[in-house]
Amino acid sequence: MDPKPATYPAAPLIEPGHTFGSITDKISAVVLSGRQPISWFVVLSIGLLLCGMLGMAITWLLIKGTGIWGINIPVGWGFAIINFVWWIGIGHAGTLISAILLLLKQGWRTSINRFAEAMTIFAVMCAGLFPLIHTGRPWLAAYWLFPYPNTMSIWPQFRSPLIWDVFAVSTYFTVSLLFWYVGLIPDLATLRDKAKHRGLRIAYGMLSLGWRGSARHWQRYEHIYLLLAGLSTPLVLSVHTVVSFDFAIGIVPGWHATIFPPYFVAGAIYAGFAMVLTLAIPLRKIYGLEDFITMRHLENMAKVTLLTGLIVAYGYMSEAFFGFYSANKYEGFMIWNRMTGPYWPYYWTLVFCNILTPQWLWIKRVRTSPLPLFMVAMVVNCGMWLERFVIVITSLHRDFLPSSWGMYYPTMWDWMTFVGTLGLFITLFFLFIRALPMISIFEMRSMAPEARMPGGKGH
Amino acid sequence: MDFSAIRSRLAGAEGRLYWRSLGELADTPQFREYLHREFPEQASEWNDPKGRRQFLKLMSASLALAGVSACTKQPPEKIIPYVRQPEDMVPGKPLFFATAVPFGGYAQPVLVESHEGHPTKVEGNPEHPASLGATDIFGQAAILTLYDPDRAQSVMNRGEIRVWGEFLTAIKSALGAQRGKQGAGLHFLTETITSPTLAEQITLIQQAYPQAKWYQWDPVARDGARSAARQAGGAEATHHFDKADVIVALDSDFLGCGPAAIRYCKDFAARRRVADDKKEMNRLYAVESTPTLTGARADHRLALRASEIEGFARALAGAVGSGGAAAAGTSVSGRDAQKWVASIAKDLQAHRGRSLVIAGDYQPAAVHTLARAMNQALGNVGTTITYAPAVEVNAMEQLASLRELVQAMDAGQVDVLVIMGSNPVFTAPVDLKFQERLGKVGFSVHHSQFFDETSAYCHWNLPEAHAFESWGDVRSFEGTVTIMQPLIAPLYDGRTATELLAAFIDAQNGKSAHDLVKEYWTRAHGGKVGGWTITDANGQAFATPDAFWKHALHDGFVTGTASGPGARGAGSASGAVAASGASIAPTTPESAPRTPNPAPRQDASASEASGSGGLEIIFRPDPTIWDGRFANNGWLQELPKPITKITWDPAAWISVRTAQEKGLNDADLVELRYRGNTAKLPVAIVPGHPDNSVTVFFGYGRQRIGRVGQAADDQAKQFDVFRLRTSDAPWFGNGLEISKAGRYVIARTQEHHLMEGRHPVRTGTLKEYEENPKFVAEMGETPPRALSLIPAWEYNSYRWGMAIDLSTCTGCSTCTIACVAENNIPVVGKDQVNRGREMHWIRVDHYFSGNPLEPSSIETHHQPVPCMQCETAPCELVCPVGATTHSAEGLNDMVYNRCVGTRYCSNNCPYKVRRFNFLLYSDWNTESLYPLRNPDVTVRSRGVMEKCTYCVQRINFARIEAKKQDRRIQDGEIIPACAQACPADAIVFGDLSDPNSAVTRLKAQQRNYVLLEELNTRPRTTYLAALRNANPELEPSSGTASRTEH
Repeated sequence: MDPKPATYPAAPLIEPGHTFGSITDKISAVVLSGRQPISWFVVLSIGLLLCGMLGMAITWLLIKGTGIWGINIPVGWGFAIINFVWWIGIGHAGTLISAILLLLKQGWRTSINRFAEAMTIFAVMCAGLFPLIHTGRPWLAAYWLFPYPNTMSIWPQFRSPLIWDVFAVSTYFTVSLLFWYVGLIPDLATLRDKAKHRGLRIAYGMLSLGWRGSARHWQRYEHIYLLLAGLSTPLVLSVHTVVSFDFAIGIVPGWHATIFPPYFVAGAIYAGFAMVLTLAIPLRKIYGLEDFITMRHLENMAKVTLLTGLIVAYGYMSEAFFGFYSANKYEGFMIWNRMTGPYWPYYWTLVFCNILTPQWLWIKRVRTSPLPLFMVAMVVNCGMWLERFVIVITSLHRDFLPSSWGMYYPTMWDWMTFVGTLGLFITLFFLFIRALPMISIFEMRSMAPEARMPGGKGH
Repeated sequence: MDFSAIRSRLAGAEGRLYWRSLGELADTPQFREYLHREFPEQASEWNDPKGRRQFLKLMSASLALAGVSACTKQPPEKIIPYVRQPEDMVPGKPLFFATAVPFGGYAQPVLVESHEGHPTKVEGNPEHPASLGATDIFGQAAILTLYDPDRAQSVMNRGEIRVWGEFLTAIKSALGAQRGKQGAGLHFLTETITSPTLAEQITLIQQAYPQAKWYQWDPVARDGARSAARQAGGAEATHHFDKADVIVALDSDFLGCGPAAIRYCKDFAARRRVADDKKEMNRLYAVESTPTLTGARADHRLALRASEIEGFARALAGAVGSGGAAAAGTSVSGRDAQKWVASIAKDLQAHRGRSLVIAGDYQPAAVHTLARAMNQALGNVGTTITYAPAVEVNAMEQLASLRELVQAMDAGQVDVLVIMGSNPVFTAPVDLKFQERLGKVGFSVHHSQFFDETSAYCHWNLPEAHAFESWGDVRSFEGTVTIMQPLIAPLYDGRTATELLAAFIDAQNGKSAHDLVKEYWTRAHGGKVGGWTITDANGQAFATPDAFWKHALHDGFVTGTASGPGARGAGSASGAVAASGASIAPTTPESAPRTPNPAPRQDASASEASGSGGLEIIFRPDPTIWDGRFANNGWLQELPKPITKITWDPAAWISVRTAQEKGLNDADLVELRYRGNTAKLPVAIVPGHPDNSVTVFFGYGRQRIGRVGQAADDQAKQFDVFRLRTSDAPWFGNGLEISKAGRYVIARTQEHHLMEGRHPVRTGTLKEYEENPKFVAEMGETPPRALSLIPAWEYNSYRWGMAIDLSTCTGCSTCTIACVAENNIPVVGKDQVNRGREMHWIRVDHYFSGNPLEPSSIETHHQPVPCMQCETAPCELVCPVGATTHSAEGLNDMVYNRCVGTRYCSNNCPYKVRRFNFLLYSDWNTESLYPLRNPDVTVRSRGVMEKCTYCVQRINFARIEAKKQDRRIQDGEIIPACAQACPADAIVFGDLSDPNSAVTRLKAQQRNYVLLEELNTRPRTTYLAALRNANPELEPSSGTASRTEH
């Protein structure tokens, strides 16, 4: 196949001068060299400390009950649901990058899909924790929400969006995990072959499921990977659609809106890309991977962020518009209360974070400068968390009857649980970096000039 | 010291026996008790939520060792069935016993539900004229006090545990000294007494000790009414609201408190119930200072400072021409008041004989005298108001009485002081220095339910038996006697007042309360005492005293004991008027009321409107814990106080304008300086409160009572308003200074009191309703029925429903507390209420409308909100495990076992009536509370949602009964706890499939509306709009009409 410069008019996806060998060595060295930068230890220690805090918060929660949090009547859902939606949303970018961009044959996804998928899985793990622990009796909720056969013939209530959620999230997690693992197999085999330590060879050997790189292996791999990509693609849309149903099915003003599914999906991708940027920019710096995660990657991700950010902004505007246009006094009050009620700083910070800040991304210099980009991404991360806060809290705290209006104040335990899941995420992610190639070796090899030799397919 | 016990223990000991004291060696019950109570404060901390921090520290250590203890085998616990079944006792089937809860000395007649020997619930006695089936909050909460683990449990002498016998020995020797000087040093201090048996006992004591003195002190005494009654010849007024068309309440909260409030509320509500075919209702003018439930229900409310009421009354008296009130218009200032006087007077004149002027208990005698004069002039005497001899034994002005006692104490004349029930160290006016002077008494005895402030300064403390543990008798406001019978043997070492007084009477020594009461009533039946003609309901005499006794206990009242012409209900007294048993009453009431003489008096210095430039202070008993006597009752502490919805704390009420002027906000802590005394209170800004006036409430700042009510810290101790009260101005006075002293956290169950244009309470005037009965429906929009995707439910049997009449509801909150008692609803504490986690299944919402800067323009609306039991319930749809489901009879059933606690149902409930057990709220540790629980209702655990079930246990009980008899459940057979307790009969429950049921007929009214109808939830609970019978002359003209202007 001839190189087609026209396809890649902008900066290259891989810096020049790399061969199959140098790519393999450079990426696998992170795992196999045994040497980690000092920042790895620092960050992992922080992550582990935060995990400990999370453990403490959950233990105390199980001993005392959800009353240790700030939730109440009328605000029955608080940080747990906010964090759940936030984490699930973050996961979406990984799936989008690995599945949809694969199907769309976007070659630039290659260097970021691996850790983006890892991010998805860890984010969904963090997310999945919350629906369970937010219930009053998690030891029962853990299995009563699943339709298991029982002598009493008691089934879950299939009309409830929470049940849909259980199915959506568990399917999503399973497919994402499979997708990630299947994609890892050729690289695991590479690590097996390159590892010097016998134990590592055995471990990677078992994980690589006997991969020998034969043509048949590659053929089967391509099939299953494509199938899984096809399977994941609707999930990108469906999971957050179902999560949005958790709200949209309710009659609470501020929740009960038909725009929620697309608005949530766009928000999820928005948050997810911001998080990928947040992770990629420091990583490429620390591990010297600027050659593989190039400015072009960052710029493309910035563009997706900008696009989804605009969709989200449209969502906010339509919410506000319909608040007034619907002539429904509850809807109108809801949006007015968001803007001017006791939680107004949250709403306006949200507007600043999610609507105003990404406008910087119109400027190419911002898109191609890691530091400003990182800052914009961090602001969007915060903004998307605030969005969930605004949706959950400000809708509930003043609904229909003024007599039952109330306020929500998170407690120390709310914060500990939230920050604790950040720690869990960091811990899992840094262990992943240490144990598995964070960039797909074999796919990167297909980017190398060698792969574009006539007749070369890339593997 | 019991040496025989020591000898027998030593004889039975094997080997060497070590002992630390002779007390331990004797191993008497007192010693064991002493050992247990030696560190009582620490001992109770284990169960004390406030001591939880301590507990947690220990918990962490014990958790580590928990595994070790799991290895022990549980001891065998054998259960034994009845060998012979007690008569009438069917396990699972409650029995009801008639008795009475005394409150302020008067009976609140009740039926107490008893399950297998333990009382669980209080209901009103439907046959008793003072109750007609309803109760108030105090009656409902009495059951919790019965099981209160902090009640005084044993006889104490100077902090050490004694037995009753030791007290008897001590009092004998003290009485021996008194006998010589005719009891000159023997003094009794009681609260208001209506009991004929006690009255006779006091007479007997005074016969034996002619110089003995008897004083009365109740901090919420009705001295003004009493003194006016005495001036008019001793006859006290009974009001007949069922006959009154126009009522003027002069600072009177006749619907909210007082011994007759329940009956008054019933009668008042009956005249307010409008139907499509009966569009007439009474009209109530409230002229009042502190906003009350009566003022909230009034058709017109004029807010005046407490000191201005008398001037208004004088002006009104002049205007209705009741003579003697020459000083008309003296202190009525402002054109508003003038207009009010004229309009009200005109309305009263137009309803001669069908009107009523009622003066408040906390107003001075002059106002009561003026009210008497006005009623006389309006020809109301004999119709809407009747006079009868006082029901109280030896009715006296209690403040004067207490002052007399204090003087005697100060002069060293008091050798023996017996304080019964009262808690004067806490409640006496501060200038009387009661506590200090109590030290001069040689031998003081305190008989009380709690070891309180007074107990701490008395030599002997005798635990008082609870009403449900006691034999006794007590009279209701209209005189009818209830013989109190115990529901349960005393849980602790409590004695009744009768038993205590028997110790002073030689002839009665050693007799039980049962014998004493029965003996008295046997004689009364024979006509030997009391002067009553006792008959059965048909006017027939009873065959034997025993038959009468059984009948009286069964019915809960003694027919024929009602006093004077006020007697109504169960058989009226045949003219028998007697000054009860108490021949020692200094003023013998005359049987016929004299024409009151409303001589203009200006005696009360406190009623001077002009003062030292400070604010006016108004004292009031707390709406839920009264004078502090209920401070240890968690139900009452957590019951939101009417109007402000504050729980667990007192507040100083001020008007919006005064708050602005003083720069105060809600929940600011203010220091109140009044006549050299100070107290600190958090502020509550109450629209409708008169300007330049501050209302403070008694009851908080308790130094000693129990774990619930005791002031937690120094700041809470400063909430004691009795510290400000002086004996010269017991109810209001001028010269209060306030200044901000910080902030305080107030736990309210409702923060927002405006309707925001949403009309949760639909209101209108009677005129609007007459002109267009559809105006209620026009305030909402009914969505089309076909909007739902899910097919409608089909019902083949009963369809339960409820209607709540907002025209009659006064917002008294009795429904809430009745529900708490019936449904085992836990108390969560101030901190949890502050976090918005109160558990009440039925709450009373409260809304204001009007101009907050004009107190008289404020309208107050109340709305009880239980679960609406929606047809298309938003909660049912979203529960992932199906823990809330629709029943075949249309209830939203809550399946506690199945609930995992996602709380989605609550989020999706537009009425926010669902309650969640965020923590383990049910008290599983306090053993004494176990028998309190209703065995028909689950005690909910942590992590479970709960809500109103329409008292499904009562529905099921009735269903079983009906099935046994192979019939349908009849209308009125099932009454939920809220409806049963409601004094206004505002809540009606029944079967909607029965076209003739009361609830169906109510729902057919044009006043019927659905709360949040536009949401298409189609609730089973609906409301009847609140109507106001406005006087057109007093309606604000359209230009100044102001609704919620902000």
